[in-house]
Amino acid sequence: MNDKIPLSLSVNGQTQQAFVRANDTLLHVLRDEMQLTGTKRGCNQGVCGACTVMVDGKIVRGCLSLAANCADKEIKTIEGIESNDTLSPIQQAFLDAGAAQCGFCTPGMIMAATALASSNRKLSDEEIREGLSGNLCRCSGYVKIIDAVRSICGVKPK
Amino acid sequence: MKLHHPRTIDEVVTLLSKDQDARCLAGGATLVAMMNAELLAPGALVSLRDVDALKGISRSPDGTVTIGAMENHVSLSETNDFDTGQHIIAEAASVIGHPAIRNMGTIGGAIAHADSAADYPAALVAAEAVIKTVGSQRERSIPAAEFFVDYLETALQEGEMISSILIPPAPDSAAAYEKFARVEGDFATVSVAVVLKEQQGKIDYIRLAVGACAPTPIRSIEAEKILQRDGISDHTIALAAEQIITAADPVDDFRGTAEYRLKLIPVLINRALDRARSFQKGEI
Repeated sequence: MNDKIPLSLSVNGQTQQAFVRANDTLLHVLRDEMQLTGTKRGCNQGVCGACTVMVDGKIVRGCLSLAANCADKEIKTIEGIESNDTLSPIQQAFLDAGAAQCGFCTPGMIMAATALASSNRKLSDEEIREGLSGNLCRCSGYVKIIDAVRSICGVKPK
Repeated sequence: MKLHHPRTIDEVVTLLSKDQDARCLAGGATLVAMMNAELLAPGALVSLRDVDALKGISRSPDGTVTIGAMENHVSLSETNDFDTGQHIIAEAASVIGHPAIRNMGTIGGAIAHADSAADYPAALVAAEAVIKTVGSQRERSIPAAEFFVDYLETALQEGEMISSILIPPAPDSAAAYEKFARVEGDFATVSVAVVLKEQQGKIDYIRLAVGACAPTPIRSIEAEKILQRDGISDHTIALAAEQIITAADPVDDFRGTAEYRLKLIPVLINRALDRARSFQKGEI
């Protein structure tokens, strides 16, 4: 217990306190200390993208980020994507397109898609695929995921 | 385990010299993954996050680009500081992993890890880059070709860290980095980095480095000489590739068999030369 240090993290605009070990990942602290379980633990190796969160507006792997290294950063998770009980445009697009099967990859996909859409540029399907290439959907439900993202920031197929 | 947050290179070097089990933590993309997999359990971590002297990309009047070890792959793929053949670094940076990994991973961390299938090693060798290191006793400037020593092994000695990477000017040159990977974002099955200077049909020089076919990048001066002297044709590419294949020592793994890797070498050399020459002629 005495190797734990107090840490305050700014998560979704709110300051949260936790006691963490130096090698605790951001993913661990979000899920197991702060009960923000929307962010998923898949491979814990930075490969699958299920733990994708934003740190200072940029997507990162929660499983490869040490919580104690995020002390003065602004963290955003899937729980902080909606505002005033209204789904974000990307969340609504996933719902409208039926872009979830088992749903495990969905939080990470939505974080990656939100980062893609924030470029304020119309993206080709290839750019959308490349932008989401770090997020695996083991149900292989990519077609509807791409449909959802295209409807927000993509070029309409001819 | 302790996590230190030093602010200067001196403080980092002092921490490293006091504790041989301490490891530098750059972006975490590799180190934290290895800790999660219980392959590595450092006694302490020295976070480089707050060391401002390790950040920044700058271009000096003579055209040398200095890259701070903590610069991430996104900044290196987007910077305007590279000119002509120096773009080989940006090309390599842009195909590392995925967007979230490129936001996290740093050039210092990547080359300290020295994965033989990673993208920077071949690009740095072709660019004739210099790796600057700092330790408690001395500072060193190590040519990229000497920095990579073996699988996951570099010329870094205990207590030393990478401070910056220098990319020398390459006036009037062009470059291309060709990577073959099974899927977007994977490590290379084979990669080829080319920097060349060709004017009015005459080739001044070609620098060619091949990644993922040996413990460290392969550069064959003989192969370069063949292309420079006899011009670029299917025949000379095959002869140059032969030189590199002789020096290669590829492994069989899930990214491809050794035999397959050898077959990819001439194909990727051809593509890289083609694209670099198109850049040179202003066609792309």
